[in-house]
Amino acid sequence: MRGFFAFLAGSLFGAGLLTSGMTNTTKVQGWLDVFGAWDPTLAFVLGGAILPMAVAWRVAAQRPLSTLGSPFPAKPAPTVGHNLVIGSLVFGAGWGLAGLCPGPAMASLGFGGWGGAVFILAMGAGMIAAPRLRARIDRLATA
Amino acid sequence: MPIDWIWGLIGGLMIGSAASLYLLVNGRIMGASGILGGLIDGTGRDTAGESLAFLAGLVLVPAALVMLFGPAPTHLTPSLVIVAAAGALVGIGTRLANGCTSGHGVCGISRLSLRGIVATVFYLIGGGLSVLVFRHVLGVI
Repeated sequence: MRGFFAFLAGSLFGAGLLTSGMTNTTKVQGWLDVFGAWDPTLAFVLGGAILPMAVAWRVAAQRPLSTLGSPFPAKPAPTVGHNLVIGSLVFGAGWGLAGLCPGPAMASLGFGGWGGAVFILAMGAGMIAAPRLRARIDRLATA
Repeated sequence: MPIDWIWGLIGGLMIGSAASLYLLVNGRIMGASGILGGLIDGTGRDTAGESLAFLAGLVLVPAALVMLFGPAPTHLTPSLVIVAAAGALVGIGTRLANGCTSGHGVCGISRLSLRGIVATVFYLIGGGLSVLVFRHVLGVI
C-alpha cells in the first residue's frame, strides 16, 4: 500500500513538473534572470503548489496519524545554521547554471537525453561528497 | 507565451496535490533531494521501498506522457562540463541545506517553516546571481 501511494504521488509530481514547464530549463533560467528577460511563470507554479499543501498541513494538524499509520513529520526547530544558508546558495548557483533542480532533473530523465543523465550522475556524486564537506565547513565555523 | 502562466498554475496545483497525498497518506515530506539523497547515502534506508516507488513514478510517468502527447524540449545546454558542474553544485547544496525547491519551497513555506522560507530566499538569491554572472557577465549560458 505504501509503495502504491508513493508511486501515485511521484507520478502526479512528475506530471505536474512537466505540465508547469519546470522541466524546460529555458523557463527556469528565465525566472531567475531578474536582470534580463524575466519570466514570471514559476511564481504561479510555486504559488499553485503551496495552496493545496497549506490545506494539507491544516488537515494533518487535526489528525493523530497519516492514513497509512505513520506519524506526521514534526516541524523542524526554527534554527538557521550556516549549512542551511551556504547549502541553499550553492544549490541556487547550480540551479541557475543549468536550469534544473532535483525534481525536474528526475522527471526529465526518461526523455531529456544524455545531458540529463550526466546531471543526475553529478548530482549523486555531490550528494555523496556533501557529508565530508559539511564536516569541513563545521570545523571552519567553530574555529 | 501568455498562456504559460495558466499551465504553470495547473502544474503547480498538481505538484501541491502530490505533496498533499504523500503527506496525508504516507506521512512523508515530498522533497525530491531528500528522497533521492536518502537512497544514495543510506540515511533513508527505513523508507527505501516507498522512496523507490516514488522515484519510479516520477521518472516513468513524464516519459510516458511525452511518448503519448509529443516532445517537451528541456533546452538543456549541450555543454556536458556545465551540466556536470551544475549537477555537482545542486547535489552538494541540497544535502548541506537538507532540501531543495520541493522540500523547502513547497512543503516548508506552506507550513510557514522558518528554515523553508530562509532556504528559499537564499536559493533564489543564488540562482539569480548565477544567471547574472554566467549569462550576463561571462556569457557562457
